[in-house]
Amino acid sequence: MYSLKHDEEVCATCPSPDCLLKCQYMDMDKEQAHEEIMKVVQGEDSLVLHKCMTCYGCEEYCRRGNHPYYLICEKREEKGILTAARPITNQWINMTSMQGKSMTGAIEEKALSCCLIPELKGLGRGRLFEDIAPSFIVGAEFMCPAVHTHFAKMSVVKDRLPKVLENYSALNVKEVVCLHDECYATFTSIAPAYGIEVPFEPIHYMDYLLEKLHVLKDEIQPLNVRAAYQRPCSNRLIPDKLHLVKEIMDLIGVDLMEREYQGENSLCCGEILRTISGYQLTDDVQKRNIDDMAASGAEYSVFNCPFCQTTLSEKAIKAGLKPIHMIDLCKMAIGEKQGGAIK
Amino acid sequence: MSDILNSLVQIVGEKGVSNHPEEIWFYSRDPGTLEPHEPDFVVAPRRVDEVRDIVKFAYEKSIPLVPMGNGMALTGLVRPLKGGIVMDMKRMNKILEVNERGRYVVLEGGVSQGQLKAYLEDNYPHLRHSIPDAPPGTTIAANVALHGQGRLTQQYGFNSDMVTGLEVVLPTGEVCKVGSCSIGPYWFSKGPSLPDISGLFLGWLGATGVFTKVGLRLFPRKSLRDVEVFVTDRADLVEDIIYRLTHTEMIEDLTIWFQPKPMIFKDNYHINVYFTGDTEEEIEFKRKMIWDSLKVHMDSKDGGFMGVGAMKATFLEEPQRSIAAFADVPKGGGFEYSGPISPIEHFAKYTAKVYELAAKYNLLFAGTARVISGGHAMMYGISFAFNRADKEMMNNVKEALEEANEFTLEHGSIPWKPTVSEQQMTMNMMDPNTLKIMKMIKKNLDPKGIMNPGNWEVS
Repeated sequence: MYSLKHDEEVCATCPSPDCLLKCQYMDMDKEQAHEEIMKVVQGEDSLVLHKCMTCYGCEEYCRRGNHPYYLICEKREEKGILTAARPITNQWINMTSMQGKSMTGAIEEKALSCCLIPELKGLGRGRLFEDIAPSFIVGAEFMCPAVHTHFAKMSVVKDRLPKVLENYSALNVKEVVCLHDECYATFTSIAPAYGIEVPFEPIHYMDYLLEKLHVLKDEIQPLNVRAAYQRPCSNRLIPDKLHLVKEIMDLIGVDLMEREYQGENSLCCGEILRTISGYQLTDDVQKRNIDDMAASGAEYSVFNCPFCQTTLSEKAIKAGLKPIHMIDLCKMAIGEKQGGAIK
Repeated sequence: MSDILNSLVQIVGEKGVSNHPEEIWFYSRDPGTLEPHEPDFVVAPRRVDEVRDIVKFAYEKSIPLVPMGNGMALTGLVRPLKGGIVMDMKRMNKILEVNERGRYVVLEGGVSQGQLKAYLEDNYPHLRHSIPDAPPGTTIAANVALHGQGRLTQQYGFNSDMVTGLEVVLPTGEVCKVGSCSIGPYWFSKGPSLPDISGLFLGWLGATGVFTKVGLRLFPRKSLRDVEVFVTDRADLVEDIIYRLTHTEMIEDLTIWFQPKPMIFKDNYHINVYFTGDTEEEIEFKRKMIWDSLKVHMDSKDGGFMGVGAMKATFLEEPQRSIAAFADVPKGGGFEYSGPISPIEHFAKYTAKVYELAAKYNLLFAGTARVISGGHAMMYGISFAFNRADKEMMNNVKEALEEANEFTLEHGSIPWKPTVSEQQMTMNMMDPNTLKIMKMIKKNLDPKGIMNPGNWEVS
């Protein structure tokens, strides 16, 4: 079994425990933050193990790359602390189990990963994906298991991720364009954190889109609309990809609105909060988030993650916003119909 | 035979009678596992006087007569066990009156669930009836005749509790009205404050008369409807969960279900909590009350509300079509269930039995339950899917259901829309004096025993 590459000394000598200081769900001063993370590091009980909402934020806040989020998940599991109800935790384990039902297209060296989200297959069509759409992959055998971190089941992640990578390997793919932000985050953050080798080059779909949009630049009709971006939790694991949103928006003539809740201060869509904490926190977070989108002057709420889109679409519509996936927005800009996103 | 045919033709015309092999084949069976029984004639009246004349004729000639709605009970209730005439009521499909302020409808005995739903949606969008999760072609009259339940049963009881009056053609041919409609033009009460004689007909599965008109309560249709799904892996907690949820008095419908496939549902018990409102505020208030009512089980991590996401549309369907999908999982489209009306406290016990039977007979199962009347009882459905082309599998389903019925009867349940053999098992356990009353009723109303013979037949 793989183990987390975590350096106790890095935490012990940390000059600013931002992992907990910046946490949006726990309020601590610097001293307490240091004390609590050290309790976690040393295997003691800590309020962090009971109050973490699994937003992934601390992975981004930690400037020293010491993986506080994965550590918290590890320690929770070691102590048998459940984040969500046991039946819900097991429901996720069961529903994402490999059952030999995956589908693959005509696989070439470069493949298009749709994770276990069939809607992504619909999104990954049209001119923007014409080169790689036939080489699609969708199914549990190729699904990133990062979702189980929300349930503090790192054992599932460590068990399944190597199998997922083996399955990719068996297809002889060299490059995989990940339509699910979390897949890319899994391959480029979780895998190295556990010393798991990834046998292909993962490509974030926004990198791919940017390249394609540059090729199709002459066909882009600037949309001239205002949009607010919903950053998903998985993007906290890959903050180096955040800039792509602005670059793509600029390219298709979308005015990305300044928000209070953006960048490091982004708010979770709330679906996992609902499962872990109940409706009070969820209602509060979702209301602040949607109100903030609307207050920004945006016409569209733009999603990266299909789950965020499912969770927030209805609320966004009620707030007068038009929910849309990033890929569909790009399709609009080149005069194509939207397709596949969860409406 | 041709004399009988000619007599029936005289009553309903040539197009309303058949003894052709294709009709005889069709009307000899229902979609369950029980063996077919052929009728000699099928007749489809259009008016109450035609029903009356058919019944009188059958009575005079001592010909067995089986009134039929859509024949979808799955328990063989309209198979003509002794041959004779099957009377298909579907041509009597007029919705006669909607009393909007009094919230009731009067309709003919062949009006279907889907027809009434569509009619109300088009003409009375603020009213609804308790639609069962059955094919929309099933009829209102048949549903109340077998004490059916529907989407509003949690709030208002069995669909037969919602009857506000009946017009029944007795086995001897008299047309009889039951309730307030017997003394005036209004159909607001099937009994109170008169002696309630509707019990002579409701639940008798057509063995005491033919329903030609039914008065039925209607209920407010709120503009918003939503569902939350609570999940636990402990069957022993379901009883308490139901108790806490029904205490809120805010729930439209409450169903519990469990099934081994697909994997997302494995090992868990799902409690669908339906609620309605006219405003977002009302809906959100109820949602919070529902969540709060189960806080103790969430805090213990024994249960939680699952994200419904894309499944919501399916859950909110009326009627739900997912049952049909379940029937086709093993291919071959077979599906039958035992539906005991049960004390809620036996949920865990019954559930263990379902798992035991599924393993013993190697069957794919789905367990369901609907809470009745705010938590006084539940309709517990033990469903098995089978391939109609696989005789062994069908036989296994039959045996498993028989064993399930025996088990639930022993634990104080009452079989719902029971097969003839379940009726016999029930009567064998019944208090002798209760049985005596049933015998008196049947003998007096149907002295020649022509109506749906074999059903509720006290030996």
